[in-house]
Amino acid sequence: MWSFSEIAKNIDLWLNDLVGSTWALVLEMVIAGVAVIGLFAALGLVLVIMERKVAAWIQIRLGPNRVGPKGMFQSMADTVKLLVKEGMTPDGADRLLFNVAPFIAMIVAMLLMAPIAFAKDFQLWDMNIGVLYITAVSSLSVIGILMAGWASNNKYSLLGAMRSGAQIVSYELSGGLAILAVVVLTGSISLTDIIKAQENGWWIFKGHIPVIIAFIIYIIAVTAETNRAPFDLAEAESELTAGFHTEYSGMKFALFFLAEYINVFIVCAIGATLFFGGWMPLHIGNWQAFNHIMDYIPSSVWFFGKTFFLIFLIMWFRWTFPRLRIDQLLNLEWKYLLPISMINLLLVTLIAILGWHF
Amino acid sequence: MYRETEIIKDAPQFGEPGFGDLVINVGPQHPATHGVLHLIITLNGETIKDIKPNLGYIHRSIEKMCESLTYRQFIYVTSRMDYLSAHINNHACALVVEKGLQVEVPERAQVIRVLFDELTRIASHELWWGAMAMDLGAFTPFFHSFRERETINVIMEETCGARLTMNYYVPGGVMWDLHPDFQKRVKDFITLYKKKIHEYDELVTGNIIFQNRMKGIGYISPEDVISYGCTGPVARGSGVHSDIRKVSPYSIYSKLDFDEVLETGGDSFARYVVRIKEMHQSIKIIEQLIDNIPEGDFQAKTKAVLKLPKGEYYQSVETARGELGVYIVSEGGTTPYRIKFRSPGFSNLSALNHMIKGGKIGDLIAAMGTLDLVIPDIDR
Repeated sequence: MWSFSEIAKNIDLWLNDLVGSTWALVLEMVIAGVAVIGLFAALGLVLVIMERKVAAWIQIRLGPNRVGPKGMFQSMADTVKLLVKEGMTPDGADRLLFNVAPFIAMIVAMLLMAPIAFAKDFQLWDMNIGVLYITAVSSLSVIGILMAGWASNNKYSLLGAMRSGAQIVSYELSGGLAILAVVVLTGSISLTDIIKAQENGWWIFKGHIPVIIAFIIYIIAVTAETNRAPFDLAEAESELTAGFHTEYSGMKFALFFLAEYINVFIVCAIGATLFFGGWMPLHIGNWQAFNHIMDYIPSSVWFFGKTFFLIFLIMWFRWTFPRLRIDQLLNLEWKYLLPISMINLLLVTLIAILGWHF
Repeated sequence: MYRETEIIKDAPQFGEPGFGDLVINVGPQHPATHGVLHLIITLNGETIKDIKPNLGYIHRSIEKMCESLTYRQFIYVTSRMDYLSAHINNHACALVVEKGLQVEVPERAQVIRVLFDELTRIASHELWWGAMAMDLGAFTPFFHSFRERETINVIMEETCGARLTMNYYVPGGVMWDLHPDFQKRVKDFITLYKKKIHEYDELVTGNIIFQNRMKGIGYISPEDVISYGCTGPVARGSGVHSDIRKVSPYSIYSKLDFDEVLETGGDSFARYVVRIKEMHQSIKIIEQLIDNIPEGDFQAKTKAVLKLPKGEYYQSVETARGELGVYIVSEGGTTPYRIKFRSPGFSNLSALNHMIKGGKIGDLIAAMGTLDLVIPDIDR
């Protein structure tokens, strides 16, 4: 069966033959780095055009339709435009922090890419603390935003950063607790183990209602964590013009923009991994023939299919819901989501101990 | 240019009043002010302590301009005041001139005028609905409301030749007769509207986030409505009987069957509901008239040069935003000696500080959306 793992294995063998094991490792590192950056750029382009097309579809219009077939190259044209634009730094800004902030946002998004399994046996870094790593690193994204808001020396930016700080820190809690539900069921914080545990069925089907609740809480929390509508208070176009990136332009703005989309991809990938079995095909109990047919679909297709389904869900939220107010946003987290996810975690633990899950 | 140290030196120290306040200029260029409105807001964290509207960015001295134009000409300048209800502005001016000249407007012209007024009201409320949802962060409603508004604009374009500043009314009637397709187009619009209006409730009105953002926010009591001089949906949202079409009917409104929409909530949601229900009432009026447009002249015979007798004339109409009053002092010449417009937006804006003080930034934007401000109407 054609798959990423075969390609990776063949490249590994070929390099070992060619230059010996040490240099092969170095070259593989370089290839992995280039691949991540390439994936990054490709994902950015694909997600931006997808967002615009989804928005257009929901808003009864056509969306970009001039550049390339059906406007598919529109985001490339936009990238070129952003690249050649002047990178302004405002006079009153803290130059160092202002220029570093977009890169921090970007690097955090890049780091999160590491433990994700894109296909069967195809993972940049199969670490045994995958879930812990993800929750730890994703908290760092607030630093880039706070830095940008503070360094811009703009009141709108400061308010946006302030909101974003409160928002990301609080939603991390219920997001983390929702992830814990799956960790408790699996008994491992390695993403590989979590995927393996879903061989006979995804957690969303196996874990009864508590896991479905955990999934809903996870989706709400990550929408808030990635600052997407209806929780886009950090940007809040109609209130704070553009929030924390009001003063950014050109490529520095593009980096924030890209980081947002990559973050959306990553949280959806993690959601797909935890609740929908990552690259695992859909298997239903004893239906041998059905399971066999499902196995023929490449694992990467399964992974990207699930991830893009979740991304579509998050885009759908953005184009249909109005924005929450800051106090309502925090109320929702601290008064509703956090208690619910705590009780939910207890329920999941009970299910896991008693072995009620399938 | 200020250095940072200088800014810090001026700021109040700890313990002094105003410590920790943040003064922000919302506008004149801001996505939520829908024009060049400038609000100087004082914030403490996210809480609004004070709002000072700063006007005049789009002041074109329309009143002064009107004083040097003849009674036929000055009507068209008023299209540029509240550009979303251009027909209704023109109606007020035409009525006041007719009052001075003692002209009897033909029945057909009156019906045409009311039809266009109500179409304008719907178009204006459609745009308000989309823009207000956009203020709340929902982008999609804007496109859905423009789908219906576009149909109205096509109707306007066919008969009047313009889509925004129509300039269709003249003293004594309307400029020319209806387009032959008018009735069919309007009926098509009514069908479309009735088919699609439920989307408005599904997409926005019934949304839990929307209701939480609206209910109990921006409250204004009926007493305050009267003391601030608010009119239109803002006043009726607080239960104040203020529809000029009912209070002092003009044209043929006294013969028509429609209800004045009154809500008693006084909050942003009540103002929202008033406008939504007003669209239904306008449809009701159009349905009554569209099959009963009387035959006859569309314009009364008037002299080529109009001269208002010496005296003072006043006429108010109900625009989409509230009461528009036109006050003319005539010295008997061909141009007005003094003209004064009482615009609804100005009074409605003055209540903003009272409504929002102590709320959050999000509340300010939401409540400002329900005031339905058109900035050229405020500045003139």
